[in-house]
Amino acid sequence: MKRYSAFAIAREAFRYHTGWERAWRSPEPKKKYDAIIVGAGGHGLATAYYLGKNHGIKNVAILEKGWLGGGNTGRNTTIIRSNYLQDPSAAIYEKARSLYEDLSQDLNYNVMFSPRGVIMLAQTEHEVRGYKRTAHANALQGVATEYIDARRVKELCPIMHIEGPRYPVLGGLWQPRGGTARHDAVAWGYARACSDMGMDIIQKCEVTGVRRENGKVVGVDTTKGAIDCDRLGIVVAGHSGVVADMAGFRLPIESVPLQALVSEPIKPCMDVVVMANTVHGYMSQSDKGEMVIGGGTDGHNAYTQRGSFHHIEETVRALIETFPMISRLKMLRQWGGIVDVTGDRSPILSKTPVEGVFINCGWGTGGFKAIPGSGWGFAELMATGHSPLTAEFGLDRFREGRFIDESVAAGVAH
Amino acid sequence: MLILTCPNCGETKDESELHAHGEAHITRAGPEATDEEMETYLFERVNPKGVHFERWHCSYGCGKWFHAARCTNTLEVFGTYSAQTTEPPKEIIDILDKKRPGWSWRKFGGTAQ
Repeated sequence: MKRYSAFAIAREAFRYHTGWERAWRSPEPKKKYDAIIVGAGGHGLATAYYLGKNHGIKNVAILEKGWLGGGNTGRNTTIIRSNYLQDPSAAIYEKARSLYEDLSQDLNYNVMFSPRGVIMLAQTEHEVRGYKRTAHANALQGVATEYIDARRVKELCPIMHIEGPRYPVLGGLWQPRGGTARHDAVAWGYARACSDMGMDIIQKCEVTGVRRENGKVVGVDTTKGAIDCDRLGIVVAGHSGVVADMAGFRLPIESVPLQALVSEPIKPCMDVVVMANTVHGYMSQSDKGEMVIGGGTDGHNAYTQRGSFHHIEETVRALIETFPMISRLKMLRQWGGIVDVTGDRSPILSKTPVEGVFINCGWGTGGFKAIPGSGWGFAELMATGHSPLTAEFGLDRFREGRFIDESVAAGVAH
Repeated sequence: MLILTCPNCGETKDESELHAHGEAHITRAGPEATDEEMETYLFERVNPKGVHFERWHCSYGCGKWFHAARCTNTLEVFGTYSAQTTEPPKEIIDILDKKRPGWSWRKFGGTAQ
């Protein structure tokens, strides 16, 4: 792999940019791999990357039914934060956030991590108390957050109207090192690094069955033929239930559409990320100038990747009170992704009833921010059978009642 | 936007006037249930990519519950029916047999369609 650098740009400029090579190879599948990862999104590629980098397992294939990073990795609102209430969540999300800090250097690929700061607005007394509690919990967990008052919120984000009659801003939970990153670049950067280690990224290759012998996985059937493997990692977000069904076990997961939209590009007006959980809306400004808005999930199960129109309407209507200026903006694009939601709104990173099959799913509405930490922990779990990062996120926690209850902590989308 | 007809009041409404409440025909686990049965009752859902039976509430209408048969992949609605039943009625099954030959319900293990 040729490294990207300022020198490389100058060198290629002298030969009319004819010397750039493809970022990753697209080989045909081999007969057998040590490990197969199903799903070439952020989490799947990060898992493969850390399997190779941290554990020396490089005979790996990453199978993708569509195109690389075309699922939820390409459909989120790119927000990165780690201000969670429960200890296991804070640990894995903060691991992810800290890995994002130097991910561009690590991958030699600019993921455009922008730690511009994240405010979660407190718009009810209940939220004020909740976020103060989270700020105290974060202090104990070593996550840098603080509770700030309404005046400071207004200083950080002057376009906000804080005296709204219906949803006044009373304060906020401020994480100065939260922010955004370029979502596609995260997937592409990991893919390039994986390919460089000799791993095979096979796109347009749908898994149609999981072959087992004596309760142990021996391979998968795909649209490109059967491929053998010793270990299988299922990292397919919204379709987790479908692939788990092929492997013969059930998941406490429901798949629902989550939508986002962007406005026309405007001049820079907002250099922080704002989340307003009371009204199910969050907003940031992209580098192109578009206001990126995320909303709530649909109330019913679906696999359609588009979502219901009235949810967009509700989100934008509620945000207009806090951000009056967006009432004059045209919205350009809207899209949906299928998120896999668990009962306690926390992910599942776990062994499964089938030996050699591991599952990483249930990230629900907040998976992008966790990609490096999820990959780090899940790779350790797949390589060694145990990871301190994933230990609490087992599949058996639902039967045993050991919930990591972020649904109560966050109230809504997170 | 989903449009469903409430079998109780007969009104045809779009989804913003209704409320979805997840999978239908779930049997409540009793006090003597094992941990596995309790887990299945509380958390495990069929979550199919295809035919799904679910509970709806006519929340801005008559305020009563009903059931709907729907495809989660195409959003096609096959029909709605009374909530006073433990399984889909024959007329819904007939529609499904015609529109989705080979469809299955809660047949677990590699049969998801």
